[in-house]
Amino acid sequence: MTDSEGGLDLTKGGPEDSIQESASSPDGRPLVVVENVNKHFGDLHVLKDINLTVNPGEVVVVIGPSGGGKSTLCRSINRLEPIDSGRILVDGKELPKEGKELARLRADVGMVFQSFNLFAHKTILENVTLGPVKVRKQGKEESRKYAMELLDRVGIANQAGKYPAQLSGGQQQRAAIARSLAMRPKVMLFDEPTSALDPEMVNEVLDVMTSLAREGMTMIVVTHEMGFARRAAQKVVFMADGQIVEENAPDAFFTNARTDRAKDFLSKILTH
Amino acid sequence: MFDFSPFFDSFDEILQGFWATIRLAAAAAVLSLVIGTVLASFRVAPVPVLRAFGTGYVSIVRNTPLTLVLLMCSLGLNDILALKFSSNSSVTYYWWAVLGLSAYTGAFVCETLRSGINTVPLGQAEAARSIGLTFTQSLRTIILPQAFRAIIAPLGSVFIAMIKNTTVAAAASYAEVALVTKTIVDKPTFANGVIPLFLGVSVGFLILTLPTGYFFGWLAKRMAVAR
Ligand SMILES: Nc1ncnc2c1ncn2[C@@H]1O[C@H](COP(=O)(O)OP(=O)(O)OP(=O)(O)O)[C@@H](O)[C@H]1O
Ligand SMILES: [Mg+2]
Repeated sequence: MTDSEGGLDLTKGGPEDSIQESASSPDGRPLVVVENVNKHFGDLHVLKDINLTVNPGEVVVVIGPSGGGKSTLCRSINRLEPIDSGRILVDGKELPKEGKELARLRADVGMVFQSFNLFAHKTILENVTLGPVKVRKQGKEESRKYAMELLDRVGIANQAGKYPAQLSGGQQQRAAIARSLAMRPKVMLFDEPTSALDPEMVNEVLDVMTSLAREGMTMIVVTHEMGFARRAAQKVVFMADGQIVEENAPDAFFTNARTDRAKDFLSKILTH
Repeated sequence: MFDFSPFFDSFDEILQGFWATIRLAAAAAVLSLVIGTVLASFRVAPVPVLRAFGTGYVSIVRNTPLTLVLLMCSLGLNDILALKFSSNSSVTYYWWAVLGLSAYTGAFVCETLRSGINTVPLGQAEAARSIGLTFTQSLRTIILPQAFRAIIAPLGSVFIAMIKNTTVAAAASYAEVALVTKTIVDKPTFANGVIPLFLGVSVGFLILTLPTGYFFGWLAKRMAVAR
């Protein structure tokens, strides 16, 4: 686990400093509220009475054993998975069931996938401008300009004209982050953003994420990267068997886990 | 036996017949592509009624002989129900042939396209939804463009079959090349040379279908999506 602060400067000044403009709600109310959420896949109870609150600017790392429901929780926050009961509020609003309204609210929640999922038939630049043009109805030129700024910030402006398959995994993931940022989301979800990457590319992506966190982006990150959790997160949520077992500050969690379940898990990921 | 003069004697008529075939095939290619795309969109839509319609249409039309579809158009809809496109009967029969052939071929285009949609990784649709695209938007801008690139070669086969199926349009009283050929053979003045005549017409079909196959093969390579 490396802790390097990378060479990517995401905090430089200029008009692009607006990444956060919509991320803070004025009255300090939480940005994401997950309330008594239950979800089943057939007989399997994947989310058991989940409660979670994420405040504006907060970075929450979700960690836990495979099959614990981390991805499902992430995906249910922007309703890629419907839930059976409970409520999920984003910036005070509950996501509607389906249709145009859902699509519109979903645009406020950025999502970065383990397998990048860049649109394979579109260039990197087109990937980043698509959402702003089609969903936000922003002008083409304005979208292109902002997209280039974002690509520059994640360090791949020189790849703008290429197709996803021509980029390395780390570059693709950074492009995927830029694609999400282009929507000026209120909160970003990351589902194991570095676990499909070759080891030497992990840091270039974590560096981008760390800078985002520093700039005040609200983030929910499923990851086992403890270095990232320690330097960027305010809270670690440990999930196992569909339940939130433990919630604590990163340092306290990693050095002094309270539950046996978490201790057991940590001993496994620390020793291999 | 291999005197091709009967073929060349009727060359003008045959050429006109082929022209009629080409006009039919070209219009049916466009229309069946539209019908097939709409049907495939129905079949993956989140609306159960649309899905049921798409499934029903494909299972009925795909399993009905083309001759019946065309007879239904010309005899059923045109003659009995008197639905006509124009007061000129040859224009009307042309459009009924186009419509019947497209309705039929559309079912095959739909199934081909649906197999193409299945090759597009689920993550593409999820990423599209996660940036806020609606179902229709993500279908139009993300899923269908990738699906079409994946099915160009099989779509070529569907179109080759469609070009050959134009010969059945005689059933809709449309005078394409097969009907023209039959008329030539049926003429009392036509003595012998049926085989050279048919060989000539077959070569004509090869001239239409072979380049179609090569074109779609070439296009498939050119448009392939790298993953
Ligand atoms: N679409 C689905 N249909 C049925 N079962 C599913 C589906 N998606 C996930 N599951 C099951 O739900 C459980 C939780 O899955 P989930 O992907 O949320 O776990 P996870 O904590 O993200 O695990 P990992 O670390 O392996 O990614 C697992 O047992 C999984 O097999
Ligand atoms: Mg997962």
